Amino acid sequence: MKEPRFPYHIFPLGDSALTIDFGNRMDEAINRQVIARFHQLRHQQLPGLVEVVPAFSSLAVYYDPVFIRKWVKEGQTAFDYVSTLLLELLRTETGIEEEQSRLVRLPVCYDPSLAPDLEEMAKAKVLSVEQLTTLHTGRVYRVYMLGFLPGFAYMGEVDEQIMAPRKQQPHPVRPGSVGIAGRQTGIYPFASPGGWNIIGRTPVQLFNRNRALPTLLQAGDRVQFYAIDKYEFAHY
Amino acid sequence: MRIIKAGIQDSVQDRGRYGYQHLGINPSGAMDQYAMQLANALLGNETDEAVIELHFPASVILFTQPALIALAGADLSPSINGEPVPLYQCIVVNKNDALQFHRPVSGARAYLAVHGGFSIESWLESKSTNLKAGAGGYRGRSLQKGDEIELNSKKDYSSLLPGKNFRVLPWTIDHSADTGTREIFVLPGNEWDRLTAEAKQQFTTTPFLITKLADRMGYRLGNEPLAMLPGEELISSAVSFGTIQLLPDGKLIILMADHQTAGGYPRVAHVITAHHSRLAQKRSGEALYFRLTDQAGAEDLLQKQQQHVRQLQHACLFKLQQYV
Repeated sequence: MKEPRFPYHIFPLGDSALTIDFGNRMDEAINRQVIARFHQLRHQQLPGLVEVVPAFSSLAVYYDPVFIRKWVKEGQTAFDYVSTLLLELLRTETGIEEEQSRLVRLPVCYDPSLAPDLEEMAKAKVLSVEQLTTLHTGRVYRVYMLGFLPGFAYMGEVDEQIMAPRKQQPHPVRPGSVGIAGRQTGIYPFASPGGWNIIGRTPVQLFNRNRALPTLLQAGDRVQFYAIDKYEFAHY
Repeated sequence: MRIIKAGIQDSVQDRGRYGYQHLGINPSGAMDQYAMQLANALLGNETDEAVIELHFPASVILFTQPALIALAGADLSPSINGEPVPLYQCIVVNKNDALQFHRPVSGARAYLAVHGGFSIESWLESKSTNLKAGAGGYRGRSLQKGDEIELNSKKDYSSLLPGKNFRVLPWTIDHSADTGTREIFVLPGNEWDRLTAEAKQQFTTTPFLITKLADRMGYRLGNEPLAMLPGEELISSAVSFGTIQLLPDGKLIILMADHQTAGGYPRVAHVITAHHSRLAQKRSGEALYFRLTDQAGAEDLLQKQQQHVRQLQHACLFKLQQYV
């Protein structure tokens, strides 16, 4: 399969990392490209590379400048060396045939007692709570990236009818809370201050430090929510 | 050893947990990596062996067996059994010796290393405490009263103690402590050019005060708002230790060791890695002056710093061989 190519540019992120930017957009095709390159770079295990971190439309590559400077030419910086190497790699195919995407189904209790912003948001959108719930569960979302908190998945895109701007002031949010910010939906794995509009809560544990892979979700996963009631939530 | 009185926020840290930021797991790690490396170098340890990072008021630590230790970083006026002890020297402590810290003289964070390291289980290849995930380090949290931390070394240090008292070994290192200097070198960030010409001038010439909102996550600076040219809103992308973000109100925040993995504010600059150490030793109320440098300059300084650590480690190992 021929992969689509998006224009990109590389810029330094300080002296020990750089960013490959594929365009400042939340776009599924771009994100597929980012995740494919992420897997490619992780498997290459280039010497001096510390780690690769994907975001919506960019990849950050962390490197060890002192280690790399042991072999770079006089007058060349570690940044020059790594960016040249990456430009070469980006010209090749990723070698990844098709995205390995898992579908994860997650139960969510859409009950005002667990979701402080649910009723207010439904009112503002001139929807019933049921209609709002149906719109939220009616789509399969893509996990674009993890960040903000360990295991926090940024997913999108929600139906236009339930888009809502981030709140001005962060409020305390309970673990498992499912929120909406702009066209994104996400779940808080931990209690945290947060500015997303909380419309439900999942009883599923999103982060478990005892697992080899501590997060339930990974970038590139697909997620579908299904509604459960308070009883099911309490006895999950 | 045992914590007999808890400090405000003391935790086990090492070089940081890299390789898991794609899961949103922030690296953590010692705020002052250089001080951590020096404390370890003094003892002939691997330079990224886990240490205890101490903030003032710091923990009071009781040694339950003889041990060989070293302190580095901030001067929090340490004492053993009430007698002042120096930073940047090896100290042999005896069973029942108590280490405590009396007042913050200079710097913000002190580091305690022990010969052979602490017996701490790694989580995702690092011993650093990740407070957000409640994992890594000692039970995923700051140290509390009653915590017992085992030491890896099974050596008997009692032969180094002629009397009952602790003993300071007679050499020190050139630790190039530059905590006094307020100059912080930075590299321009991707959104540097969003600052107006006046704001760039302001950034490179005026002092930036560290506010009370300064911790392991980041330092909020109390600057006059910096003016920004209009630009498209940024979606989240990776940020790093030392990234200086411009907040919507025109103020700056410098991201530190416990920073989030991604952010969406303009990145106006990045503090060079070689100056993370002096930055980590700054306290609320202190002023910073930013000076622009380039990639080559930043890399050169880091390389020099690391060569210095390496040399000290070899020299200390040689010295120590006469004792242990």
